[in-house]
Amino acid sequence: MDIITIPAVNLTPILPEIFLSVLAMALLLINVFVPSGQKSYLGYISFFGVVAAAVLVGAGWGGHIESFNGSVVLDNFASFFKIIFLVSAGLAILISDQYMEREGCNQGELYPLILFTVVGMMLMAAGTDLMTIFLGLEVMSVSLYVLAGFNRANLKSNEAGLKYFLLGAFSTGFLLYGMALIYGATGTTRIAKIAAVVGQAGLPSGNIMLLAGMLLMLTGFAFKIAAAPFHMWTPDVYEGAPTPMTAFMSAGPKAAGFAAALRILLVAFPTMQADWSQLLWILAVLTMTVGNITALRQDNIKRMLAYSSIAHAGYALVGFAAGNATGTAGILFYMLSYAFMNIGAFAIIVLVAKKGETNGNVADFAGFGFKHPVLAVAMSVFLFSLAGMPPTAGFIGKFYLFSGAIQKGYIWLAVIGVLNSAASVYYYLRVMVYMYMKEPTEEFDWMQVTAPVALCVAISVLGSLVPGIVPSLLLQFAQQAARLI
Amino acid sequence: MSNLLSLTTFLPILGVLLLLFIPKDSKAVLRGVAFVVTVVTFLVSLPILTGFRTNAEFQFVENVPWIAAGPFFMRYNIGIDGISLWLVILTTFIMPLAVLSTWTAVEEKVKEYMICLLLLETGMLGAFISLDLFLFYIFWEVMLIPMYFIIGIWGGKNKIYAAVKFFIFTMVGSLLMLVALIFLYFKGINAGITDFSLLHFFDLKLDLATQTWLFLAFALAFAIKVPMFPLHTWLPDAHTEAPTAGSVILAAILLKMGTYGYVRFAMPLFPEAAYKFAPLIATLAVIGIIYAALVAMVQEDVKKLVAYSSVAHLGFVMLGVFAFNEQGITGGLLQMLNHGVSTGALFLIVGFIYERRHTRLITDFGGLSKQMPVFATIFMIVTLSSIGLPGTNGFVGEFLVLLGGFESELRWWTVVAASGVILSAVYMLWMFQRVMFGELDNPKNQKLTDLNAREIAIMVPLIALIFIMGVYPNPFIEKMDPAVKKLVSQVRPAAMTARQMPSAPALPAGHPMVAPTAEHGSAAPAAVVNPH
Repeated sequence: MDIITIPAVNLTPILPEIFLSVLAMALLLINVFVPSGQKSYLGYISFFGVVAAAVLVGAGWGGHIESFNGSVVLDNFASFFKIIFLVSAGLAILISDQYMEREGCNQGELYPLILFTVVGMMLMAAGTDLMTIFLGLEVMSVSLYVLAGFNRANLKSNEAGLKYFLLGAFSTGFLLYGMALIYGATGTTRIAKIAAVVGQAGLPSGNIMLLAGMLLMLTGFAFKIAAAPFHMWTPDVYEGAPTPMTAFMSAGPKAAGFAAALRILLVAFPTMQADWSQLLWILAVLTMTVGNITALRQDNIKRMLAYSSIAHAGYALVGFAAGNATGTAGILFYMLSYAFMNIGAFAIIVLVAKKGETNGNVADFAGFGFKHPVLAVAMSVFLFSLAGMPPTAGFIGKFYLFSGAIQKGYIWLAVIGVLNSAASVYYYLRVMVYMYMKEPTEEFDWMQVTAPVALCVAISVLGSLVPGIVPSLLLQFAQQAARLI
Repeated sequence: MSNLLSLTTFLPILGVLLLLFIPKDSKAVLRGVAFVVTVVTFLVSLPILTGFRTNAEFQFVENVPWIAAGPFFMRYNIGIDGISLWLVILTTFIMPLAVLSTWTAVEEKVKEYMICLLLLETGMLGAFISLDLFLFYIFWEVMLIPMYFIIGIWGGKNKIYAAVKFFIFTMVGSLLMLVALIFLYFKGINAGITDFSLLHFFDLKLDLATQTWLFLAFALAFAIKVPMFPLHTWLPDAHTEAPTAGSVILAAILLKMGTYGYVRFAMPLFPEAAYKFAPLIATLAVIGIIYAALVAMVQEDVKKLVAYSSVAHLGFVMLGVFAFNEQGITGGLLQMLNHGVSTGALFLIVGFIYERRHTRLITDFGGLSKQMPVFATIFMIVTLSSIGLPGTNGFVGEFLVLLGGFESELRWWTVVAASGVILSAVYMLWMFQRVMFGELDNPKNQKLTDLNAREIAIMVPLIALIFIMGVYPNPFIEKMDPAVKKLVSQVRPAAMTARQMPSAPALPAGHPMVAPTAEHGSAAPAAVVNPH
């Protein structure tokens, strides 16, 4: 007779996830008793919750614990990505309050949703089973669909939510189908076991099925990280979504997509690297080029940053295509730096914009530089970092990504990458041209800098500059994290 | 003492921190502080000059670990030799003059302007002293940012176009250099090199194909900066639009980055490839000399004329450097300094009259010498120095360049380039004649005032240098000589092996054409050594 044995479950690996989930649910309850107009408190609580979760993650650094029968793992790779998610969530929470208050949609559900998204992303990074990863992805995506359409009164926000939902659901289909095919070919969904099957058989009998599965799964992830030609949803969603959520989406979920894709490809399919490496090579070139060239022609700054975020996914794909330690460490480093510099830039956009998301064109920054010198310098730091100028984190990150490609022998990929980088300088400089070199058309007197936003800008400036000048420590962490196996 | 180079380099940054605390409306204080900071930086840099021992070693070296992660090890490794010594001094010397020149020219956003100037000084000094390739790249790129703002914020009508063009031109070149840099590093790792230190890479033996690619990437970045024909188009724009101090720094120091890059990095790192491309580079240099001179001749704007003359002068520098012999390289280096002094002075002069008349068109002037005698004298001296009249600094450099070039394989290139000397006399003197002589018929010019004390104070050190370097260039050449000899020994044997044909033209040893310049007697034989 069968005895159902309950496997020993070690909860340590998912302690931060549990903590955030409980906090989020508690916040949902608390929300009921908080009168509208005082929802800021929820923001503060969730910010400190995020900080506490980061401490929990940090405490687990260096360990390697598998749990839930090998479907979740605590390793440095997961921890590093969790920090990225928490950083992007924390920074996004800091700028949410002021924005939501202005737009008149400061509902308490915002913060729990952000926390749920983080939990989903964390599971994606920690998952070592295709099913766990998928569950994490769904938790993340469903929360994000709501967040994108959070500003219910705004038509564009609605459009963003719906568009994201439809295309997201579509891409999830690809992902799931790919996972099913891989299960069919290997008989397991555990990443380590897939690796064993694939490695053992060289190329197993279900070769085509496996290849097709990998391709479909890659397509699904390409949607999530907005790689060309699966990027079509990005500009509309990023433009329409509430600005703090755009900032969050461009940093966190993108990193989560990379986390899952990296783990699956590097751990489960190292023997097929020749296949997926070529694919990523092409994907990287397309993504960088499409992103940058389209960004050149944008007038709306959110849209510009949306296309630029596509280009940045392309740079990260350069490191991914390399598939070596340098490239992987580069992705980790870059994703963290990108969270700082991109959310920092969005924070400034939140400040400059007026109610109803007006004043969001590049030209609206005319004369900003001498009206608000400190904020403008901060914005310049973010833009230079995005452009990859030393001495910023963006430069060191790109340096490592391209180094990975060069080490692997993909010289031309690196050359295309740097040429793209040079093209991108134009549209980042354009913002600075308006900030500093055009006469102001407005007084910017509606701007009010609240403490949380100021804190977000300050943290982002530090995060974009310090790793650019003394990158050693962070790079070493990234390298420890990049050792996947 | 041991931290002298770092101190010099980062003093301007301290000045920036100081400026941040000064309210932006107290313009006099801002100017004063910036001026004092640059003067102090210059004074601090003087012990570098006096303490410099005349040998080929890198001195004042500081070498501490900086980044250590994965395959990469970067060090904060700085030091100078005879080649970079003078460029460092030139930089610290020009900066106070540049600050002084903005006293009344820049009235708006003084604080930000001064901050940009000081940041720029740190960037330039850092690039000249870096002995770690990665560190060099950082400074090389960092320089762009303040210069971009200087042109873009305080520039003329077309400032935005000029600033963006300047930035993107330079950026494209540097990024390709970055790829080459990383590639070189991985080559180095395979050969057992463990960090980015430049000196280690000198010993790296690369095959010609690899060298060629790497050299091309480096050469492109430097050629844009020099600028060499046909990559020079950003320069006239940048110069014309930049404020006076910007133009002075651009001409006097920033352009030297390109030629310095060749001498310090591209040639010794990839000697065979450099040698292989010498004819091409010499051709471009000669085209630059002639073409820029012809274009300068027809300019209506004085500043643009001076900008094109820069292109021509730097063509001479490149020709000298790529002669691959001691006279040529010494001449090139000297010409870099001369150009810094003379063209810097010319841009200052253009600034003086622009500030008075708010025009730079030659046709708006005429007969100014009657109204401004002091100005006329100074302008004349600087013009003659730019032409290279014997007795001024320009002559020594140009002469050595032509001598070196003539004795090298680039003889025919040199012959053509020599005509550039005549052309430079044509366009400079013609411009001078139209501006300074003739009838003082424009009523607006009749009220012009002569130079004031501040302006004369700016010009006096430059005029003094023009004559010192023209009459007694020995101290300058002496200090750079060992470093130049070492450079020649680094690139020359390699160049000789690269040259397959033993019949290549080379003067027989003991040829009468041995350095008529007495101070350079020992230099000539090295240039005509033939290993075959």
